[in-house]
Amino acid sequence: MAILEIKDLKVHYLTKEGPALAVDSINFSVKENKTVGLIGESGCGKTTTARAIMKFVKEPGKIMGGEIIFKGRDILTMSDKELRTLRGAELTIVRQEAQNALNPVMTIGDQIAEVIREHEHIDKRTAWERAENQLDLVGISHHRAKSFPHELSGGMRQRGMIAIATACNPDFIIMDEPITGLDVIVQRQLLTLINDLREKLNLTALFIAHDLSVISETCDDVVVMYAGKIMEKADVVSLYKHPLHPYTQALINSYPSIRGEKKNLVSIPGSPPRLVSPPKGCRFHPRCSFAIDRCREEAPEIREVDGHSVACHIVK
Amino acid sequence: MKTLIFALKKISGAIVTIFAIVIANFVIFRVSPGDPIRMMFRDPRVSAEALQRMRVKFGLDKSMWGQFVDYFKQLMHGNLGFSFWQKRPVLDVIGDRIVQTLILVVTALVIATILGIILGAISGWKSGSKTDRTILSVSLVLYSVPTFAMGILLLLVFGYVLLIFPLGGISSPASGFTGFLYAKDVLWHMVLPAFSIVLWYVGEYILLTRSSMVEVMDQDYIVTARAKGLRESVIMRKHALRNALLPVVTLSGVNFAFAIAGVIEAETVFSWPGIGRLTYDAVMKRDYPLLQGIFLIFAVSVVLANLLVDLIYSRIDPRIKTGAAHD
Repeated sequence: MAILEIKDLKVHYLTKEGPALAVDSINFSVKENKTVGLIGESGCGKTTTARAIMKFVKEPGKIMGGEIIFKGRDILTMSDKELRTLRGAELTIVRQEAQNALNPVMTIGDQIAEVIREHEHIDKRTAWERAENQLDLVGISHHRAKSFPHELSGGMRQRGMIAIATACNPDFIIMDEPITGLDVIVQRQLLTLINDLREKLNLTALFIAHDLSVISETCDDVVVMYAGKIMEKADVVSLYKHPLHPYTQALINSYPSIRGEKKNLVSIPGSPPRLVSPPKGCRFHPRCSFAIDRCREEAPEIREVDGHSVACHIVK
Repeated sequence: MKTLIFALKKISGAIVTIFAIVIANFVIFRVSPGDPIRMMFRDPRVSAEALQRMRVKFGLDKSMWGQFVDYFKQLMHGNLGFSFWQKRPVLDVIGDRIVQTLILVVTALVIATILGIILGAISGWKSGSKTDRTILSVSLVLYSVPTFAMGILLLLVFGYVLLIFPLGGISSPASGFTGFLYAKDVLWHMVLPAFSIVLWYVGEYILLTRSSMVEVMDQDYIVTARAKGLRESVIMRKHALRNALLPVVTLSGVNFAFAIAGVIEAETVFSWPGIGRLTYDAVMKRDYPLLQGIFLIFAVSVVLANLLVDLIYSRIDPRIKTGAAHD
């Protein structure tokens, strides 16, 4: 059963030069106990999608249309009160850059206990004990519960954010580049933690990253985005072994593989288009080495090919 | 333990500062022109011999250092000297006035702080709204009008035209009020002078709380609080205001000190018998010992207010004690 279904979602940023189509009619769903990876370059609409799911899109951004069905109900039509009961309890998010995501004048324990008390209406003591358990769960000793954020390392703060996001046993958790900006050893530890938690807590998650290797370790399915559009969707193994879309192929070729054969990395020429005036036809065609005339004129629809969903004219 | 070390550090810092103030306060009055004995006895018929006797009596024949030792010894015993003008010990003169000033200033500042924080928080929380624009423009106007001008305006409207409040003083003369009735009478007299101070400071508190609030609203931890599904009122109080108040606390300490010293305008306009009026009179009468005493009280109250703020600050901002960067 799909916990989350995104249907025809459109998010625009209203700029002086006109609307920027940050997310343009995307569709995907996340099934129970699965983790879907959302990957793409900076500015492709990944984080905007995450914000839309939390209904956090702020001016000048605007959700122009579509549905976000969470457990059968459309988030976009919910009242603020209904949203509040969802956020932090059933639907949570771990955002990138946890450095400032914790309140500097509250202890980490209080910040975890707060979300539990808000949603479960239990007494202070029990909430505090639960908060300590959460800390142990994410690999911070519960003796640190009375520490303030500035007394914790960057990795510990991000663990704290994960502790907050998993405190009320959420049905769905969004991880928006949770390991970006940390050093590689801490990244490795956090990935291990996230994978442990996925098993222990049966998490259903959307994992956003710009790094393919991270996605390959944490996700079951992958959605590749480019300039606000979905290019390809497939399960993670199939996507790696047989990428169909030229953009997916280019992404894979631009990353080194540790275990695979040594090969020259190929960067993708050019840069992503400006979303105020995206190119006609397929948005990737100016950078695509396989582009034909049809790609310049007609935007490709998503089609099913060999178990992949792919938006490309030349894929047979 | 960390708290204790921090407190001791701050307290010893304050003691050193006060000692430096005592020295400066002593030196300023030694290097200022004029012979203090001649000031006391302006009658030209007083003989030079008598003047010399007075000089010896007051210890003014001693060296600078000797005089300082005397001054310091007396200070330690709580003796601030003798007022030329009032012919009474300075401490008694100041003691008679300081309570009236404290009542006025503390009341006014407490009202201004609470009102300013509430209005500033609402304004910052709803920044860009109509409410925000109204509060902002009113506070800008209030902040721009000097206390004495506001005082005269209040006096004119409420004291002279509408006859709601008295024109000045601290109580109705020869009323014979005691106890509760006297307190009520003082309160009635205090309304206008207090509000002339409140109206000025409230503008400042609103502006600071608002800008601090607007800054905090953009912080990531407010998004985190929203993502937790907290109610807006909880986010505002626990997450936004709690952080936005940090600079306001600093201002409160500085303001308390400035208000004690800066109350001269309000006290003069409303004939309030406090330390501000006393300063004005002491300057007019060239009463150096009294001025010296008042300056010392002002300076010490500035230091103590700042010490208090430092100690409070370490309670509300955990980053201070460990010296973590405050961004």
